[in-house]
Amino acid sequence: MTDLPTTHVNLKGVLTSSAPTADHSEGMSYLQSVPRRLVTLYLPLSIIVFVLLFPFYWMALTAVKPDAQLLDMDTYSPFWTWNPTFKHFYKLLFESHYPMWLWNTMYVAVCATFLSIVASVLAAYAIVRLRYRGANLVGGLIFLAYLVPPSILFIPLATVVFQYGLFDSPLALILTYPTILIPFSTWLLMGYFKTIPFELEECALIDGASRWQILIKIVLPLAIPGLISAFIFCFTLCWNEFIYALTFLQSVQNKTVPVAIVNEFVDGDVYRWGSLMAGALAGSLPLVILYAFFVEHYVSAMTGAVKE
Amino acid sequence: MADIALTPAKSQIREATSWDQLKHNRNWLGFWFMVPAMAFLILFLAYPLGLGIWLSFTDTKIGRVGQFIGYENYEWLWDDGVFWLSVFNTLLYTFLASAIKFGIGLYLALLLNENMPFKAMLRAAVLIPFIVPTVLSALAFWWIFDSQFSIISWSLKQMGLITQNINFLGDTTWARICVIFANIWRGVPFVAITLLAGLQTVSPSLYEAATLDGASRWQMFRHITYPLLTPIIAVVMTFSVLFTFTDFQLIWAMTRGGPVNATHLMATLSYQRAIIGGQLGEGAAIASAMIPFLLAAIMISWFGLQRRKWQQGENND
Repeated sequence: MTDLPTTHVNLKGVLTSSAPTADHSEGMSYLQSVPRRLVTLYLPLSIIVFVLLFPFYWMALTAVKPDAQLLDMDTYSPFWTWNPTFKHFYKLLFESHYPMWLWNTMYVAVCATFLSIVASVLAAYAIVRLRYRGANLVGGLIFLAYLVPPSILFIPLATVVFQYGLFDSPLALILTYPTILIPFSTWLLMGYFKTIPFELEECALIDGASRWQILIKIVLPLAIPGLISAFIFCFTLCWNEFIYALTFLQSVQNKTVPVAIVNEFVDGDVYRWGSLMAGALAGSLPLVILYAFFVEHYVSAMTGAVKE
Repeated sequence: MADIALTPAKSQIREATSWDQLKHNRNWLGFWFMVPAMAFLILFLAYPLGLGIWLSFTDTKIGRVGQFIGYENYEWLWDDGVFWLSVFNTLLYTFLASAIKFGIGLYLALLLNENMPFKAMLRAAVLIPFIVPTVLSALAFWWIFDSQFSIISWSLKQMGLITQNINFLGDTTWARICVIFANIWRGVPFVAITLLAGLQTVSPSLYEAATLDGASRWQMFRHITYPLLTPIIAVVMTFSVLFTFTDFQLIWAMTRGGPVNATHLMATLSYQRAIIGGQLGEGAAIASAMIPFLLAAIMISWFGLQRRKWQQGENND
């Protein structure tokens, strides 16, 4: 798989269009009249953006609506509420295991991300820079590992987890998530390591630095943007992961946010929509905030697989 | 390369011991650096993958070690209508969702590539469905598609288009449409932003030249944009097909395979049989049955799109 197309994509330019060199979209837009642009550009764009963002509006609105208004669509307009309530959030935070679930998710995500990044840094450095015998083959195999989906692996993994006595413990997730994260972040970091000039390393080698010192003192500081990208992407994937968490965890207080919310807020036929939506909103917020701060890194991480 | 330059100088000082070999030989160093990553991937990926295929030939149940029973699981599946329904659903889901995701994604990428105010903000906002955990957005759709309190039914009723609430997730056809819609909703941002990244690399001088030659907008898209985007499209669509095919969470959060198995994908069916039903062997057989489909899907989307590039005689850069 080393013959992946090396399409050099200017990722920073995608979101921060202010960089003049990166953005060619000025193009010939001046050739178009305003009414024409209104129909061919703004109208379809606003429809798509509306559809993409509406579920979040609906989630947020439901989360603050009083129960009575939720289920009475005749007397109250469903699209707005004049008496927002934080009752659902209060219940979520103080009358459920929600803080516990949030803590579990965070704990698992941080540990799995940390383990994966350490492993990926070492692997990517070895593949790109040490170029030992078979490095290309191993690089290809790691890419193939990315194509193995969790929905094929969860059954045998469940038996493995059970055999090792890890069932219903966060450790099961911390150890299995890296299999999803390592292929991606290795691939991403390989791209970053390739951009670091080889001469820097040669100089250090001549000065008597060991490979380990080179990695820690020269390569890593220069690859920080790549590390941030890898970190964010790994963290997001962990937060998003569902099928392993659903299969390997059983007790209510051990669950992660996605699994817990799906299972714990439905009492038989009674859906507690307010709490459900408040939980979904509160579970998404950490990621959205992280994303807001690191948009650029996020996009480069996302398209990282394409880039290399 | 640096190693080669270094070795003669060292050997003059003292003989290289085997410890030095381990520390400086590139192959050994490479091996040590690979150990952590390989340990994870072998223990929790390669081994389970093999184990899963082995399990599919046994009658393992939860809490009971199984025995080798040959092809029996597969023979059962061959006669199992629900299994074939799940295969059909998976193919339909993958094909429709991927095709529409590609269409809308490409369109959105072209729109976002235009010059307009608040462009950066708009591009950032479009990605949000991709960032929010799938299950949580699936819950939002669950609520939007609620049989009694659906906002869509309500709006359509207000407009006088329907008189009865639509039973979105209770009716087989509607349920399929709804899950496919939710999948498209989630996948479009990824396709759009990745293609947009590709569009940015296309030089504007090509379009200017084409305009001077009197090319229409469609001709410009067809003969400049599309050929230059093909490599990225190939990668994006391969991933898109792969992840749509093996989707689990969206279906599980919205319908759990219902109504009447109409939205069961192979992944959800294998979960239901293996973990809920306890038939690990049978579930593993369903999961293993995904592998050939998956390989075929990857091959088609990968080579199908790559071939165009070879025909044009471009090299792989």
